[in-house]
Amino acid sequence: MGKTARAAEPFRFYTRLHLTELTGLRANSLVQFVRQLKSIPGGSIYYHTHRFLQQHQHLSPEPPNDFAYWVQEILGEAELGERLASIDIIQFSTIRNLRERIIETIEDYLAQHPEAGTRFSRESGEFHFKKAVSFILPTRYVSYDLGEFMDTLKRITTDSIYFHIFEARLRLEKKTNDFSNWIETAVGNRELALAIARLDPYVYTLEDLRRTIIHLVGKEIR
Amino acid sequence: MAQIDDYIPIVGESVVEDLRLIASRLKGKRIRNVNSTAVGGGVAEILNRMVPLWRELELDVHWDVIRGGEQFFEVTKKFHNALHGGPVDIGENDFEIFMETSRKNMEEMDISGDVLLIHDPQPIVLVKKRADNKWIWRCHIDMSNPEQKVWRFLKDFVVQYDAAVFSAASFSRKLPIRQFLISPSIDPLSDKNRELPREFIDSVLEKYGILTDKPLMTQISRFDRLKDPLGVIAAYRLVKKYIDCRLLLAGGTATDDPEGQRVFEEVTEAAHRDPDIKILSMPQNDLEINALQRASTVIVQKSLKEGFGLTVSEALWKAKPVVASNVGGIPLQIKDKYSGLLCYSPEGAAFAVKQFLSSPDFARRIGENGRQHVKNNFLITRHLRDYMLLFLSLYHGENIVYL
Repeated sequence: MGKTARAAEPFRFYTRLHLTELTGLRANSLVQFVRQLKSIPGGSIYYHTHRFLQQHQHLSPEPPNDFAYWVQEILGEAELGERLASIDIIQFSTIRNLRERIIETIEDYLAQHPEAGTRFSRESGEFHFKKAVSFILPTRYVSYDLGEFMDTLKRITTDSIYFHIFEARLRLEKKTNDFSNWIETAVGNRELALAIARLDPYVYTLEDLRRTIIHLVGKEIR
Repeated sequence: MAQIDDYIPIVGESVVEDLRLIASRLKGKRIRNVNSTAVGGGVAEILNRMVPLWRELELDVHWDVIRGGEQFFEVTKKFHNALHGGPVDIGENDFEIFMETSRKNMEEMDISGDVLLIHDPQPIVLVKKRADNKWIWRCHIDMSNPEQKVWRFLKDFVVQYDAAVFSAASFSRKLPIRQFLISPSIDPLSDKNRELPREFIDSVLEKYGILTDKPLMTQISRFDRLKDPLGVIAAYRLVKKYIDCRLLLAGGTATDDPEGQRVFEEVTEAAHRDPDIKILSMPQNDLEINALQRASTVIVQKSLKEGFGLTVSEALWKAKPVVASNVGGIPLQIKDKYSGLLCYSPEGAAFAVKQFLSSPDFARRIGENGRQHVKNNFLITRHLRDYMLLFLSLYHGENIVYL
């Protein structure tokens, strides 16, 4: 299929908005923290590993996840904070696996540094587990070829980009991001699909991610 | 009054499109807000802005205010202070006064609707009259460490709601109902936050006799002990030892706060007729408050407790360097050393103010970051959206909702 060929199926842009729900669960030490991590809902793991991307989008690249931030800034465990921050989230295709890795990382650290289990946060520094309630809505944007796709990418909210890149892949357990999936299966451009799939979206701000994808698509249709 | 499309140049067209999309999913639902005052304080202020915008989005939104006499508001002020964790002298008679007024409101008010959004403790008892509809208790107070007697009394009503909403996670309690986190917001197009011409700012300074020949350190807040105006004066005196500056304490009092005048007198006394301290008890005038914030060199919010502290977002939106206490919702607005400076004491506040006054480039950079942070997270468009999602969530128990 040609570079600007009309796709068999159009790409329908959705957007994802979220509301933060409080679970009422708290932790004030690593031991309590890891115990809660084993039982909190998957939506809570997702929330705390992705919140920074949307809330502090101008602070990125590479924003810390909430777990790493709390361990480092509140408990003062810089080394464990680094280990948690450097968990390569893009490598995980399910929340279950991501949860296991986070727990394993903390338990390994506690085994090596038992004294870390004796540190407590002040009451005001407790970790509060939250979770995201996601609302997925169709937008009015539909693209039939890469040109339209690129134009729409310039207009949609970062929430929409977030949904198609992050949420679709990990929380909804799709194997790749929605953009790559459509470009490969409906447009037939495997090379471009792979180029987008190869990006590590966790090291971009959402606006940078938008610009990067637009650049990759733009190269194809020029 | 601003129209919804007026926000497009600030937040972008697609954000407003999302609002219309969500609102369309709430068509046919009647939403009723209830609080205790139509003017003064953050709740009335935000409802005054949000209700017309929701209506423009074709939502059937109502806003009612409960009635209460002086005694009732004396009691609810005690509740307020107690929920903030302060020591209060509260007895059975106070609870009786509260229940008596609540019963009258239950009898007299129209509380029909599909979703009832009840703000703060004053109207909390109305839930006893609930029918087969959805009730939300919206708590704007810092409840991280509430006095137990008052909390136990109120909790009996809270558990009758479908959901509770807090401004910070640390305010939430162990409850058998769903709890949500929604930050308040500011309206960038309101008189309090919109851009102002230099001439207007100068005219306000002239009107109140405020000089800007020296750096101006300002706290804009109601005269309330929890805003710690005496702590601000203490911080100013510590700064003044090294940097010649002026202090401005300006604010009004809400109609549901009978304590304001007493605190104003204490503050005036503490200023000891220092010619560089200006204390202004102003009637509600948003344009003038806006002008005072814009004329300030550094903005301070040294609250001891804070539901959220919208004055912080107001100052950050104006790209001002802000020094504020690490309490309540303030750390959500200020990431220390990135979008402002956090403090715990008058000494800490003074140190932070000195940093800003001595390093204007640092102050400018921090102020610009703060404005960006507010744009992303604390504008009214995000707030309208969160509430609408909250209303929808009451009809969906799942974590991923397809609309």
